Amino acid sequence: MKTTYRECVRQALREALLRDPRVFLMGEDVGRYGGCYACSKGLHDELGPERVRDTPLSESAFVGAGIGAALGGMRPIVEIMTCNFSLLALDQILNNAATLRHMSGGQFEVPVVIRMATGAGRQLAAQHSHSLEGWYAHIPGLRVVAPGTLADARGMLPTALADPDPVLIFENALLYNLEGELPEGAGAVDIDHACVRRPGSDVSLVTYGGSLPKTLAAAEVLAAEGISAEVLDLRVLRPLDGAAILATVDKTKRLVVVDEGWRSVSLAAEVVARVAEEGFFSLDAPPVRVCSEEVPIPYPKHLEDAALPQVPKIVRAVRQVLHG
Amino acid sequence: MHGHGDSQGSGRGAPVAAPRAPAAPADPADEAPDLGLFCLLDDEGGLADVADVPLEPALKLRAYREMKRIRLVDARMMLLQRQGRVGFYGTCTGQEATPIATGLALRPEDWVFPALRESAVMLVRGLSLTTYLCQVFGNRGDLLKGRQMPSHMSARSVRQVSWGSCIGTQFPQAVGAAWAAKLRREPVVTVGFIGDGGTSEPDFHAAMNFAGVYRVPCVLVCQNNQFAISVRQEHQTASSTFAVKGRGYGIPSVRVDGNDVLALYVALSRAAARARAGQGPTFIEALTYRIGAHSSSDDPSRYRSDAEVETWLQRDPLQRLRRHLVRERLLDDGAEQRLEDELNAAIAEAVAEAEPLEPPARESLFDDVYAELPWHLREQRALMLAEPAAAAHGGRPA
Repeated sequence: MKTTYRECVRQALREALLRDPRVFLMGEDVGRYGGCYACSKGLHDELGPERVRDTPLSESAFVGAGIGAALGGMRPIVEIMTCNFSLLALDQILNNAATLRHMSGGQFEVPVVIRMATGAGRQLAAQHSHSLEGWYAHIPGLRVVAPGTLADARGMLPTALADPDPVLIFENALLYNLEGELPEGAGAVDIDHACVRRPGSDVSLVTYGGSLPKTLAAAEVLAAEGISAEVLDLRVLRPLDGAAILATVDKTKRLVVVDEGWRSVSLAAEVVARVAEEGFFSLDAPPVRVCSEEVPIPYPKHLEDAALPQVPKIVRAVRQVLHG
Repeated sequence: MHGHGDSQGSGRGAPVAAPRAPAAPADPADEAPDLGLFCLLDDEGGLADVADVPLEPALKLRAYREMKRIRLVDARMMLLQRQGRVGFYGTCTGQEATPIATGLALRPEDWVFPALRESAVMLVRGLSLTTYLCQVFGNRGDLLKGRQMPSHMSARSVRQVSWGSCIGTQFPQAVGAAWAAKLRREPVVTVGFIGDGGTSEPDFHAAMNFAGVYRVPCVLVCQNNQFAISVRQEHQTASSTFAVKGRGYGIPSVRVDGNDVLALYVALSRAAARARAGQGPTFIEALTYRIGAHSSSDDPSRYRSDAEVETWLQRDPLQRLRRHLVRERLLDDGAEQRLEDELNAAIAEAVAEAEPLEPPARESLFDDVYAELPWHLREQRALMLAEPAAAAHGGRPA
């Protein structure tokens, strides 16, 4: 079945709302407007304002209310328009959702799902374009996932809703228009493991989310040059699937990490550090990171393009790892 | 007289005089419930009539007993803190009336999202004193497994969640829990608390707005004890009262004498009844005074005078109710002494029971980060267990 990433998100939301009366969706403009990325289009009219709820414009209020509703036995799905705006609710997420189970000695759980768009590439400048999933992946108590495929866009939400802990879903905004085939009956997928999206033998390209299509495109370019690149999609950013990272490096002996976050103190840094700690003797060459330039993401297209990981940059990085 | 500095003729920044009530409002506008001060107990032990909420002798005696108990518990805990047996403690001394009235006004199915000084609500609602004290000691009897500071307790059995140390975060959560009850069509009321300082936080405004828009079944309470650590209420707000802020959110609001436990009980019962009847939220300002320090880490003599504290001691919530009980012949000196002896004995017994319990096992710190222990925490736990359990490594001191 030919579909889009956006439609997969929408179908996942619709199914979740239909299946479980405890589930409701709330956020800014998610109601009649259908969401700023149109992920809930039509759901308000079909299911009513109690299940698909526009909220006042306050991230802290609707994330806090989501936490409260989860404590009160519901299974809220909170949509934050972009992860840049999630900082207005950071205290609720970090100091509350992530800590309440532990601080209460396991008496309370916060099964809230928080979805947000992430990433650049749409000429919306710094305050709409940052990739902050790596920050959230730093926080104990959260599970952080980044669907990079249609199947994951469709299947991660139901698993996240079944999880008794808070789950953050980062949807790269450039992926919403991604088209592809989704098998009939595609449903819940695991949110524990990384996944090899393209097997290879010469170099491991470790990536996730919005960088996955770029990395797969780079692997295609490399294949034409006779280089066999393995692409590992992390999928789950916390807890990281360390075994899968070590396994691919053990297989290819070379590592390139592609991450739209900033390089220093990043998710990419964590992947390289783990390989340095536990896979050092597998490596035949120093690992290389392809990340966003460490600048606020600019507005003009040529500057924005220059700031982000791109296919030619990934290809050059692989050549460097292979040939020095 | 309505307690606010300006209406007393004193300038901004001057201490708020202790309210004396009841008195005729000086300004007709002060008759509005969010500008006036709702009280029932007068200084001579008289009690104004209310028709809608019964105030039976048993209820009054229970209120007195509970206020007395938490005052004695707090005093005992501060003593233990000074002796180095307790790490931290925050009392509710002088403002016992609000938590006790809350505990008495709620039903078992209701939820409480407290701020710092509402732990006593849990005791009123049935939490055992020994369990409460185990949390203060952070030991193996602690429901929280040693993971929270004292005075930051929670207990699922009495539906009370831990408050947010960053101030105010529990307010939107209370609104969300209330909304959950509304969606589930359950006649459950959620009470959220915040301090006067907390009303300056974005979460206060966000929660009030959300509660007003969605008409959720909650009671939002500001315990105005006039200090955010050292900063006086005049430096928190230019509003004439805190209660009046509710107008901006379309929430009916009332300013209550926070040292009058019966007025608070009536106001909270009315607000809870409104919420349960689907009539939406109520905002209550409880005007009180923090007699004690902010916490065991604070020295209030740096920012207020003994004379000011003395003024408020005259308005002590226990003495206010006691005068009424004596006048009604519900209490006399002998009964008072017997009550105090009984409560002190129970406290001593609970301390003796709680204090010797072992601290939590060091490897327990990995539990409850998630519902299930993920691989990386299993790994970290194994590494810790491979280390010797000396005190320096987090083991129990010999």
